[in-house]
Amino acid sequence: MTEMENPTATSTSDDLDPAQGLTGETLTLHVFKGEPGETGTEQAYEVPGVTGMVVLDAIHYIQRNLDTDLACRWNCKAAKCGSCSAEINGKPALLCKTRVDELPAGPITVRPLKAFPLVKDLVTDVSRNFEVNKEIPPFTPAKDDGKPWRVAQRDISRLREHRMCIECFLCQDVCHVLRDHDHSKRFYGPRFMVRVASLEMHPKDTLDRIDLTRKAGGMGYCNITKCCTEVCPEHIHITDNAIIPLKERYADRHWDPLRWVGRKLKGDGSKQAEGSK
Amino acid sequence: MAQLSPTAEVPGHAGVGGGVHRRREAPWWLLPLTVFLFLGAFIVYSFWTAMFQGFKADCALAAYHCGPYLSPFYSPQVGDTPLGHPFNSSAMWILPIPLLFRATCYYYRKAYYRSFFWDPPACAVGELRRREYHGETRFPGILNNLHRYFMYAATVVLVFLWIDAVEAFTYNGQWYLGLGTLLMVVNVILLTGYTFSCHSVRHLVGGGLNCFSKARLGAGRFRLWHWFSSLNEHHPSYAWLSLSSVALVDIYIRLLQHGVFIDPHITF
Ligand code: SF4
Ligand code: SF4
Ligand code: FES
Ligand code: FES
Repeated sequence: MTEMENPTATSTSDDLDPAQGLTGETLTLHVFKGEPGETGTEQAYEVPGVTGMVVLDAIHYIQRNLDTDLACRWNCKAAKCGSCSAEINGKPALLCKTRVDELPAGPITVRPLKAFPLVKDLVTDVSRNFEVNKEIPPFTPAKDDGKPWRVAQRDISRLREHRMCIECFLCQDVCHVLRDHDHSKRFYGPRFMVRVASLEMHPKDTLDRIDLTRKAGGMGYCNITKCCTEVCPEHIHITDNAIIPLKERYADRHWDPLRWVGRKLKGDGSKQAEGSK
Repeated sequence: MAQLSPTAEVPGHAGVGGGVHRRREAPWWLLPLTVFLFLGAFIVYSFWTAMFQGFKADCALAAYHCGPYLSPFYSPQVGDTPLGHPFNSSAMWILPIPLLFRATCYYYRKAYYRSFFWDPPACAVGELRRREYHGETRFPGILNNLHRYFMYAATVVLVFLWIDAVEAFTYNGQWYLGLGTLLMVVNVILLTGYTFSCHSVRHLVGGGLNCFSKARLGAGRFRLWHWFSSLNEHHPSYAWLSLSSVALVDIYIRLLQHGVFIDPHITF
């Protein structure tokens, strides 16, 4: 994800080309405008409807024709760079992946991400996420694990889903632990649970991050209410395939009576479980 | 097309805590309210049936038993029943296991954190109460980590429920097939679906492995994990269906016992 590139991007040739077909409808957008420390406003704009247009098209139209000062971060317009995250009708979503014809009739409200500090208008400062990322020990294969590696498909197939993440941080925005309770110092957040899960499940990785994720990562703050999964534009099953598996790995060590008995019988004092490294 | 005048003054970009949400597709409270009513009704019903229905003053058959049928709330039968006191019935001893299994279930946690505790009531809807939040890091939330314990115990109870379902096919030395038999079989199948689709089960059969190829029986456990994962996707459906079927079987048996109608059946 690139940061802060082109905050007042002007429209490109593919924006609202009338040849694409004007629908004859006029859309009303209520777009947040404001800067840190001041009372923002919701500004209303009217934009001509075009078949298949997404909310980002409408924002581009506004920037080109109505308000060149409106700040909005975007880059790919293909739901792949994760730059254009915002809140559309109160719901975290990508501006470039939300078609206006899928929204209910009436004005469309566009606001910046609520869980991050405002830079200007629709642009927020998401750099806090990059700090969290640094706390997670990276992929660490064994030193003597000679390459080339041969990894069986069944050992790696699960990780594909985790690797789909485009770092849009919509999940971080919607998570009530960060959004409402402001526990960003205590909880890594869903995006980073996905990252830890992908490292922990990697057959070639040698580090163990489970206890770290429980303590510094604040895994216990997640109450699996699944809003992160609901908003993820890559349809990553964040709770089912990352957070719950991590909680279960922790339970292997601390909250499983049969494993506890097994460890006692084996005389194994450690709390390591079968998948442990 | 014109830029209109600002339509609304809204609070500055809220940071944590504030924020105005003007429109959403459906009223956000619909789902939490439905869950609240449905789950609340089940909890009230199960306490009522466990506390007050296992006992009859004249020591006739208690309301949980009728013909070849035994209510799932009262299985397995612990000791002689009725035990003589409303607070000393099989249900009072057994019911905590499936109830705690469900109370600590990952899916029900989502359901009740949202609908009972409003934490959050729905996605991107501000918390309606301001208070310190500890999630599952402290008492009582941390007790949800006991899910494995209850999963093991509930699996044992499930074995008894299968025995009850099989026994419902015989009555007075004859084969018996009634509407109640079918209900009991459907119920135990749904309960099995619920138990087997549990996230902990999915983890234990193979999800906890980091390298299937190196693990003992790894190839088989990979297939098993795949199969349990597909089942796991339907965990919420099994959760609601099995909850409903347990209550339905209990109500059915209760109605039979009170002679409200006769069980349609054949014997052979
Ligand atoms: S499931 Fe957990 S991480 Fe995801 S939004 Fe809910 S509390 Fe946050
Ligand atoms: S997990 Fe999904 S919602 Fe979260 S940052 Fe990655 S792509 Fe975005
Ligand atoms: S502009 Fe790249 S994700 Fe929307
Ligand atoms: S029973 Fe629902 S997760 Fe275990």
